Amino acid sequence: MSHADVIDHLAGIEPGTPLDAVRSARPEARSQAQASFDALFTPLDAGTFDLVERWAVATVVTAFHGEPSAGAAAFYHQQLVESGAAPSLVDAVTAAAQAGVTEGPYGSFPAGPLSGEDTHGLHLAIDEPLRSRLGERLAAAVEHVHLLVFRPRDSSSEALTRLEDAGWSVDDIVTLSQEVAFLTFQVRVVAGLGTLLATPAAADLSGSIR
Amino acid sequence: MTDTTTATDELPSGRPVAFTQAELDWTPWLEPLAESELTERHWTGLVDRARGKNPYFRLLARDPEILAARTKTDKDIFYNTKTGLPRAERELAAAATSRFNGCIYCASVHSRFATHFSGRGDDVQRLLDEGVSVDLGARWSAIVAASVALAATPVRFDATHVTALRDVGLDDLEIVDVINGAAFFNWANRLMLSLGEPV
Repeated sequence: MSHADVIDHLAGIEPGTPLDAVRSARPEARSQAQASFDALFTPLDAGTFDLVERWAVATVVTAFHGEPSAGAAAFYHQQLVESGAAPSLVDAVTAAAQAGVTEGPYGSFPAGPLSGEDTHGLHLAIDEPLRSRLGERLAAAVEHVHLLVFRPRDSSSEALTRLEDAGWSVDDIVTLSQEVAFLTFQVRVVAGLGTLLATPAAADLSGSIR
Repeated sequence: MTDTTTATDELPSGRPVAFTQAELDWTPWLEPLAESELTERHWTGLVDRARGKNPYFRLLARDPEILAARTKTDKDIFYNTKTGLPRAERELAAAATSRFNGCIYCASVHSRFATHFSGRGDDVQRLLDEGVSVDLGARWSAIVAASVALAATPVRFDATHVTALRDVGLDDLEIVDVINGAAFFNWANRLMLSLGEPV
């Protein structure tokens, strides 16, 4: 399982190509995006947020991003399968991911002049049979992932209390939040670069950097 | 990008209810590490020693390795301006993303930076007041539209956005700067929105 540069891998950027050269003009942004992935998925100390849970969360985050991010979702699903997760857990995570697919961002602003911009959508609540299959801890995480991905402006201290009640420590919540938020960045860089790669400039097929 | 600031907004209730370029403060919902608890590993994660004063970064320091990588990613995307997109337009991408996702705190910081680096405070204010569909002229509107398309879930960014950015004069490196800046604020917005609130 080698991930030299996951963003290049998922966006289809090959070494020595014009877009590879463009990316190399932001060397830290590139290497530290990969270091972020490494910090989350090959941590020095996973603490009480284990690797199977981390791949499960990633599988859900990326699946929630729908068809344009199907490549990322397939990648993380494969990592979950290879992580040693029980096949029944992989099935439960896949079901949870499918249950939450919608379009965002939506949600409410603090009551006031922005209330006219409030928009409503799914508040994912994992039903009882699936909760049992995921376990309470992961079920609570999936609901929180849905909040962060689709309606981050609905966030609340109560949402964090629900995670704590389900067994997430404060340290775990910080890492979980970083993981979800990082992945929303990563899928967007992949989508953006992949689109750029597929849209060559008519007069600039050599890809030279002005 | 989000160093703590002194609240000068005179909102008596504490929590701001509108987008603003004024300086806001931010308070965490979870307990940050105390400064006295910080070890070398935490200081490495904080990158800049001054960030040890900030409760947001001391909360994130509970996972030092991802914090360090995130901070270094952030700095190269926004501060590496020898080539590529002007800083003002990277900040515009950050502000537009924050406006669309609904992060009042992030929008306050990066709208202020967009104004500082562009001198177009009135246009920046119209983005905050009227939202991301506001007409800010061809170049800024193309950057805002691309940022918003990237922030949508599922991502809506497509060839039309690339072409629109090229039509207003952006080359591939500058387009990558838009992509990076907008994408990064999907990360930042979700942390600031979900781990605490502006005051």
